Amino acid sequence: MEGHSNVHRDGEFHHHHSHGASTHHAGDHHLLQVEGLTVAFRMYDDAASEGEGRRAEGEGAGGPSDGSSKPGRIARWLRDARLFLAAPQREVPVVHDLHVSVHAGEIVAVVGASGSGKTLLADAVMGLFEPNALVSGTVYFDGKPQDASSLAALRGHGISLVPQSVASLDPLMRVGRQVRGFARGGDDAARSARQRQLFARYGLGPEVERLYPFELSGGMARRVLLCCALMDNPKLIVADEPTPGLDLALAQAALADFREFADGGGGVLLITHDVEQALSVADRVAVFLDGTVVEETAVESFRSPDLLRHPFSRQLWHALPEHDFAAAPARSPEAGATAEGGQA
Amino acid sequence: MLMVAVSMVVFSLVSLSPVDPVAANVGQAALSGMSDEKLATLQAYWGKDVPLVERYASWVSGLLRGDMGDSLRFNAPVAQVVAQRAANSLVLMGIAWLASGVLGLALGIAAGVRRGGAADRLVKASCFVLAASPTFWVALLMLIVFGVVLGWFPIGFSAPIGKAAADVTWLDAFHHLALPAITLSVVGVANVALHTREKTIDVMGSPYVRFARARGESTGSVVIHHGLRNLVLPALTIQCSQIAEIFGGSVLVEQVFSYPGLGQAAVSAGIGGDTALLAGIALVSAALVFGGNLVANILYGVVDPRMRKEYSRG
Repeated sequence: MEGHSNVHRDGEFHHHHSHGASTHHAGDHHLLQVEGLTVAFRMYDDAASEGEGRRAEGEGAGGPSDGSSKPGRIARWLRDARLFLAAPQREVPVVHDLHVSVHAGEIVAVVGASGSGKTLLADAVMGLFEPNALVSGTVYFDGKPQDASSLAALRGHGISLVPQSVASLDPLMRVGRQVRGFARGGDDAARSARQRQLFARYGLGPEVERLYPFELSGGMARRVLLCCALMDNPKLIVADEPTPGLDLALAQAALADFREFADGGGGVLLITHDVEQALSVADRVAVFLDGTVVEETAVESFRSPDLLRHPFSRQLWHALPEHDFAAAPARSPEAGATAEGGQA
Repeated sequence: MLMVAVSMVVFSLVSLSPVDPVAANVGQAALSGMSDEKLATLQAYWGKDVPLVERYASWVSGLLRGDMGDSLRFNAPVAQVVAQRAANSLVLMGIAWLASGVLGLALGIAAGVRRGGAADRLVKASCFVLAASPTFWVALLMLIVFGVVLGWFPIGFSAPIGKAAADVTWLDAFHHLALPAITLSVVGVANVALHTREKTIDVMGSPYVRFARARGESTGSVVIHHGLRNLVLPALTIQCSQIAEIFGGSVLVEQVFSYPGLGQAAVSAGIGGDTALLAGIALVSAALVFGGNLVANILYGVVDPRMRKEYSRG
């Protein structure tokens, strides 16, 4: 933990995660560490334009250059024209001051409501952004601080994304070709061999190579997407809602694959809205609320609400099926322990 | 079905039009000096008093025997006039279609890939201007600038004036074809480029492009491997709908450049009340446009695996 704390200069503020049983610090540092991530979008805003106009009006009336004097009128006219021409934009913050980290060999689940901006975390780690996004914060990978271009270089070369659905495959390209990908300086024969090996490992027959994405079943598509990610031997997998639309057995198979990858020394950042699922497979859970991680804790803390610090985490705990979906106080800490004990 | 509808509409419209074929073809001076009997003979010859339905029936029965009738205006069989004119027009339209398609696709992709960039703004601005400019006006400008002021190209017709048809070389023909073809291409480019740009933006924003990027593909690689592949289908649609656009444009361009093609023949047939020729041209152009769209539909099946599989299953 000593070397680890060198990396965390801001450790005193938001770095209070507890470690999972199987977690270790490879090379004394985190595989991935995101600090103070803030993402905002610049967008045109109709409501603001009206408000601004009114505010400007108010200033004009109260100011020294009253509307009755000629220079005042011209000034106001110019200002109105400028407001009219330059449609006002505002920054809409979606993610603010987010901290999360992933160690080698562990799955960290980022749990939060659907549509709350969790995907932006995946974007940030992958260095992928919409043109109107304003991003700040620090991302460390393998202990080294990254900038936009080094993150871009890590895409597919250290960090791989497992996307949500088959829509992330080119609809007009055969699956085998897509899994092999178009990496720079790739050796075709080696990549073909690697792809066949992955397909065999995940029970995809050689005929699957020749299929188009629309011909894949849900389970096949999921394995194909995982193969895409594993193609380049990543150290870290970012899985963005990888299980919706899959039945329980398939979802569990997917999670087992991630567990296997983590047990092999990789790191997994699992972004999901499904608390139960997250608890069943993850080592640590980062609770995501209103654009930030309010609590990052070992999955064991979910045995009892008393171990959870943030009220929202406790709400999540109470919302689990085995806790009656109720926001009532827990009957006994053991109830949670028996439910989660097996996986923790 | 389409052909029947097209021919019926042409016949009804011509019969509704106030143009008197006799008056239009004989000329004012000759008409005023003509005796009533002679006028009556001519009118009978041109079938002025034959009712619409009867005229249509006789035209259809002729058509079924392979006879498209005679053109009043050119005093020759319609099939011959159309064939000769179509040869000129098809070369013109073919060149314009290909050039506008290729150029439009390239510009559209260049603009769409870097949306909001300098190339995008340039392409968008020039395409808006072009799309908003009437074809005939662009044709006139081209004629003034390149034909009259610069003198690079002849100002009209498909061959040098005063040269015997036998002596006209390919070079002459091409030289005369160039300006109308360029004009028609330039007018068509705007449409193709703007549509392609929209599609490119869609493709570049798609989940599969995002995923390809997440796997470390550069923008160029994404465009080549995924962009072009997914733009083929919309591009086909645009190109085939463009046939009709180019056809419409060719009528105006041929008129401005006095280029003896189908479009110009259609205009003179319309003005001269030459029903048989107009119907013939309408049929040929409807067949061309229909054929283009048919080809597009067949190509969809070839290109798109989703449709191909559906066909083989159904």
